[in-house]
Amino acid sequence: MKPQISDLKSHTSGSSGEADESLFEYLHAEIMNYVVSKNVPMNKDGEENLTRLEHMGFYVGYRIIERITREWPRFKEELDMIKFICTDFWPPLFQKPIDNLKTNHQGIYVLQDNEFRLLKRLGNNDSKQYLCESPRLIAFTCGLLRGSLANLGIVSIVKAEMTSLPSCKFHVEVQRV
Amino acid sequence: MAVCVAVIGKDNSPKFIKCASESCAIEFHFKVHTSIDIIEEKLNVGNKAVTDSRELFLGLLYATDEHKIFGYATNTKMKFVVVLQSSNASLRDNDVRMIFRKLHLAYANAVCNPFYIPGDEIKSKAFEAVVNEIMGLA
Repeated sequence: MKPQISDLKSHTSGSSGEADESLFEYLHAEIMNYVVSKNVPMNKDGEENLTRLEHMGFYVGYRIIERITREWPRFKEELDMIKFICTDFWPPLFQKPIDNLKTNHQGIYVLQDNEFRLLKRLGNNDSKQYLCESPRLIAFTCGLLRGSLANLGIVSIVKAEMTSLPSCKFHVEVQRV
Repeated sequence: MAVCVAVIGKDNSPKFIKCASESCAIEFHFKVHTSIDIIEEKLNVGNKAVTDSRELFLGLLYATDEHKIFGYATNTKMKFVVVLQSSNASLRDNDVRMIFRKLHLAYANAVCNPFYIPGDEIKSKAFEAVVNEIMGLA
């Protein structure tokens, strides 16, 4: 993550040093380790409790959106916002836009990233080795998505799905009242 | 200079409001409150003619004999309202735009404070300093 996330236009070239880009990954990995080491009790079905990571992501997303949309023209509809997330919110954080966006136009969006930044160190070519640990690496980003959408006025549930490793699908379900 | 600056939340609850003098605070609160209706009208998507402009700055909401009320709404549904003295003709549209830009930046900075809980009232000294500057109280 670059220090000045508001200057979106100036750093799309990606001309910063490696150290800059790694800081977020290191910090994220340490936070993940910390949270995982803190929660000893597991859920009944053997799933880890990643709510805290998700929460952190939520508030980070909420704050980033406030800053990143400052110079943007007003969004017309929900799809505009989701597109914004895919093409302009993703790159400064994950160095690439979302690869594929699908929607049923009824409040369900699927955002697919073929080489998700936080997963790509785990192994390539459909390796299944760390598949059961990878939700730890995804929880923060799910929260990030939920928080940023929440600040844009979209209340949603975000779930992730991973089948082969460096790729990841985020399912966004918009909650209507 | 501005005589009243207000920040209104997503759900139209007051997040921050500051008036030039205590004695006319009620009057300004009333005016700001009334302007929410006009902002809502301008933001309403069903109303095609009004929503053509996608700028965050909403322009003059309404003018009375003594005051002009300007509005601004962010992408995150926060609304800013600034009340100016009508007698002050030197301030042009662009100056007002700059005021809102400053306010928006200050707000974004205030939200980025990790101790600020989203949805709470804004109690930031840095934010207040910017508002004071806008109101010429600095």
